[in-house]
Amino acid sequence: MSNASLGLRLEKRLKPSRAIAFVVPLASLLLALVLGGAILAMSGANPLVTYAAMLEGAFGTPAQWAQGRYYNLSETLVKATPLALCGLGIGIALRMLFWNVGAEGQLAMGGLAASAVALLWGPGLPAPAVLPLMAAAGFLGGAVWGLIPALLKACLKVNEIITTLMMNYIAVFLVEYLFYGPWRDPGGYGFPGTAEFVPAAWLPRLGNTRIHLGLVAVPVAALVIWLVLARTRWGYEIKVIGENPRAASYAGINLALNIAMVMVLSGGLAGLAGMSEVAGISHRLQKGLTVGHGLTAIIVAWLARMDPWKTIVVAFLVAALLVGGDQIQITMHLPAATALVLQGAILFCMVGGDLFIKYRLRWRGAARRGSAPAREAR
Amino acid sequence: MTERPAVVQMRGITKRFPGVLANDAVDLDIRAGEVHALLGENGAGKSTLMNVLAGLYRQDEGEIVVRGRRVEFHSPRDAIAAGIGMVHQHFKLVPVQTVVENVIIGMDRPRFVLNLPRLEREIAALAGQYHLPVDPRAYVWQLSVGEQQRVEILKMLHRGAEVLILDEPTPVLTPQETESLFDTIRRLIGQGKAIVFITHKLTEVTAAASRITVLRDGRVAGVTTPQETSPQALATMMVGRGVSFHIEKEPVRPGEPVLVVEDLKSLNDRGLPALRGVSFDIRHGEILGVAGVAGNGQRELAEVLTGLRKATGGRVRIAGHDVTNRSSRDIIEHRVSHVPEDRLGEGLVPNLSVSDNLILKGYRTGALARGPFLVPSAILDLARQLISTFDIDTPGPQTPVRLLSGGNQQKVLLARELHVAPNLLVAVHPTRGVDVGATEFVRKRLLQRRAEGTGILLISEDLDEVLALSDRVAVVCEGRIMGIVPAENADVTTIGLMMAGARGARA
Amino acid sequence: MDIAMVVSIVFVAIRAGTSLLYATIGEVITERCGVLNLGLEGMMLMGAVTGFIVAYTSGSVWLGLGAAMLVGALLALIHAFLTITLRANQVVSGLALTTFGTGLANFLGRDYVGLIGPRLGSAPPPVLGDIPLLGEALFRQDALVQAAYLLVPLAWFCLYRTRPGLHLRAVGESPQTADALGVNVARLRYLYTALGGMLAGLGGAHLSLAYTPGWTENMTNGRGWIAIALVIFATWNPARAMLGAFLFGGINAVQFAMQTTGLNIPAAFLNMLPYVATIVVLVLITWREALSRRVGAPAALGLPYVREEK
Repeated sequence: MSNASLGLRLEKRLKPSRAIAFVVPLASLLLALVLGGAILAMSGANPLVTYAAMLEGAFGTPAQWAQGRYYNLSETLVKATPLALCGLGIGIALRMLFWNVGAEGQLAMGGLAASAVALLWGPGLPAPAVLPLMAAAGFLGGAVWGLIPALLKACLKVNEIITTLMMNYIAVFLVEYLFYGPWRDPGGYGFPGTAEFVPAAWLPRLGNTRIHLGLVAVPVAALVIWLVLARTRWGYEIKVIGENPRAASYAGINLALNIAMVMVLSGGLAGLAGMSEVAGISHRLQKGLTVGHGLTAIIVAWLARMDPWKTIVVAFLVAALLVGGDQIQITMHLPAATALVLQGAILFCMVGGDLFIKYRLRWRGAARRGSAPAREAR
Repeated sequence: MTERPAVVQMRGITKRFPGVLANDAVDLDIRAGEVHALLGENGAGKSTLMNVLAGLYRQDEGEIVVRGRRVEFHSPRDAIAAGIGMVHQHFKLVPVQTVVENVIIGMDRPRFVLNLPRLEREIAALAGQYHLPVDPRAYVWQLSVGEQQRVEILKMLHRGAEVLILDEPTPVLTPQETESLFDTIRRLIGQGKAIVFITHKLTEVTAAASRITVLRDGRVAGVTTPQETSPQALATMMVGRGVSFHIEKEPVRPGEPVLVVEDLKSLNDRGLPALRGVSFDIRHGEILGVAGVAGNGQRELAEVLTGLRKATGGRVRIAGHDVTNRSSRDIIEHRVSHVPEDRLGEGLVPNLSVSDNLILKGYRTGALARGPFLVPSAILDLARQLISTFDIDTPGPQTPVRLLSGGNQQKVLLARELHVAPNLLVAVHPTRGVDVGATEFVRKRLLQRRAEGTGILLISEDLDEVLALSDRVAVVCEGRIMGIVPAENADVTTIGLMMAGARGARA
Repeated sequence: MDIAMVVSIVFVAIRAGTSLLYATIGEVITERCGVLNLGLEGMMLMGAVTGFIVAYTSGSVWLGLGAAMLVGALLALIHAFLTITLRANQVVSGLALTTFGTGLANFLGRDYVGLIGPRLGSAPPPVLGDIPLLGEALFRQDALVQAAYLLVPLAWFCLYRTRPGLHLRAVGESPQTADALGVNVARLRYLYTALGGMLAGLGGAHLSLAYTPGWTENMTNGRGWIAIALVIFATWNPARAMLGAFLFGGINAVQFAMQTTGLNIPAAFLNMLPYVATIVVLVLITWREALSRRVGAPAALGLPYVREEK
């Protein structure tokens, strides 16, 4: 393999080293922070002060914690919940090389289904039944939405990146139509959203923060996914398909069925995230349900290398980045977009750095005499 | 016949790859107006030699002289500039583009605007001149294989090639297309071009060649003309030795037939016939070796027998049950094991651990699974047991298989496939790319399985190995079995003849 | 609904669809050479903000447009470097580009919201602008729109009837073949990815310098994603892309017209239409490709090209 224009050559590492797998992401992160800092500096903002402000915005200070004020941290957890759930779903689909770019739409449909239960049947059902039904509906809504592109891929081989992407917009517009139209709150003074749900449809919150019961779903979902992958036949099949589809065929593993099943789980988790957003945060179906969690969650899943526990950690960190960005709007009069700049830079550096875990640089000319150019296969 | 001047001379070409000497001081003269056939079995070095000439490889020693001047090729472009063009076995065409577009890709002129009507006329004229009928405006995906080959030839002619190398051009063609190709070749040499024709088929050599060079084990085994030689002599030059090693095989009384194949037909990936009515049987405790030059249907045979390819005709019976065209999973359940040709591509999952790979076939049943769950302790036990029995050198059962050496990877594959005591084992190139120690091990294991009653179909390009391990040897050529002979005291020359297309006896 | 209304709808549709058209043509070129660039939204937004800032500061719309093209190309080059040289995954790199681009654009534009800058005015060509009806709809537009009328046939011609276009397509369909015949796959991919970014930036600049004009946060409003859909809807063909861009861009105009005729389709469903249409087209193409190979995505799209390695 030669990169003729640079005089450098990429050589596959013979033995992957754990040290490299650790150092490279760290170095990428640092590089991203430096790049982000440069952009901040060129724009007139002090990078270190900004970073500190973001940290505080995301977590709060020890002084605040001592006073029992956990607002910032709680907001980070709130934001992390849908990111983690979607990230977990995307991660397991990605294990099978299925790119679920549609988590946003699946989240929306989950929110829609859960809202339907809350609005249409909520008042009439016994109180303890409402939330479980909403959760089931949310899961189902997302699952169905994820199943459609899955079936298109499994049966007709249609590229899932495009179909899941398109389904996002269809879902978002559908939801919009409903809360602007037929489901619009009659007493809402034109505010775009449905009526508020009955109290039975509200997810209980922690103290006076916005952290809701949905947060509990996160470790549970991670545990389920971890169990599936590590201990079940289905998880084994997922891993084999993702790593070598031909060997999977040979062993008689049914690819189409697995694509469908995985997307039911993946879409379902995103749908559950949607349910938790409407039941835990907004208590109605309204504008602001879909803010890009679906795309951010792909970044989360990829950075976490699709490992369920790492996904939780990465989701938390990314949420911190975003909440920190929100907060510096107030404290430093910098736009929330700052966080996105950093996020983008981090992702760029991580993506680029990835190569160096598997390959190393070598100067060309090291072993050139008498050896053939790139095509050495017999 | 007057000696024509040599257009290209290859002198003392030597080419090494890690672990193998592909060409050893080979000389070759190519003359204008001649068809020079390059004959040899697998691994003889024919393709390597021509890849050197076509600029794909650099030779380690030796020189190439074109029209009296020494040349150095750094890339195929240099070779083409010197007038040497190669038509590969696997065509390099863009299916969704037209013939004209494919012919002119990579050329420096026309500079910017494509005057398609004019180019079409040019290509059509060229095609007419050499009798290569093809519609310049057709899309490549619409063309038959024979027509696609003509496009490849046109590509080289359009670039001014004076020497054309054809790498095994006929396996992909129908008989009519082959005739047409020979017609084209006659026209080409009639107009002064030189053709190098790589083949392993004696019939083609005697029909078309002006001169023949036989390669064996990287060296020139003989240079002759069709007039001065005979098929037997050529076959001897091709395979030319007695069996070079013996393995102690205990005599085993073969039992009932475990595999019966009747008139099996199948198509290859390009839709052409790969198996043209193959019939044979294998009995319990017997190894049937399949000898033949690569690409004559062996791969397709293995795939049909293991359920990875559809049969278009004929029957396959395993232990009495008709399993024709059943899924691979069904066939696995009939206790058929498969050691595939491409171990990392088909047989193993490189990024998963040794133990994960070992359970690939058995994870659904038995002690390894309890309902939807896998039983880690049972899996670990099995893995440890197999690692020890098969002497797999690995840091542990959790090590990813891709980190193991080729030989140990093959052992993992073997362990998985053999420990279930299969009825039938289909082993394809089981010792390819495997170090000496592991090769020994693999062969011993195969013989052990044989002694324990498994019927084994052994496909290998190493003729010595086939002869040493098998009880009987079937020789395939062009999707047919040319003959089945007992391995003991087999006449290598006869086998060589059958590999090259002559019919033989059945045992 | 009378003729005047039709003319007005066409006018609006074309005007609204132009930024989409530039981005789509750009992505068609990029995808044709085998690179999937999902970062359109980011490049367009950066084009919009850069165009506005430079035009505002310098007073010249043309400098603004030039800056937008430059910025678009630079961003695309980052994606090219990551995916071609470093062989990173194209989906993730594209998403990173979107995130980074939208973030940076909003960040840079924070002080420019609501300001009034120079704008690209209507530029009717001498005779054409006076044609009744047609002239009003097509030729009373600004310079970028009119340039688009030329861009599309130019793109079509270059793609299908020139040698560079042939190589571009070959690289996207079968890089191994192109490479074997001496075409520099990496260099062409870099070039055309950058070109695609340049056009995307230009598309974004049309929004801030002609359409809206001015700068608002997230002013592209998802057009980048629509463009990605449009590339497929147009089956990678510049001529069809033009039709689709004006159609998709004009959806709101059509909706308005429908209201006056009494047909009341909710905005949401009209908005969904491009996306549903794209899925349908994609299913049809994929299905036909399985049968016949006629019309389809460039075969090597999204796959990094590496010369055979051991």
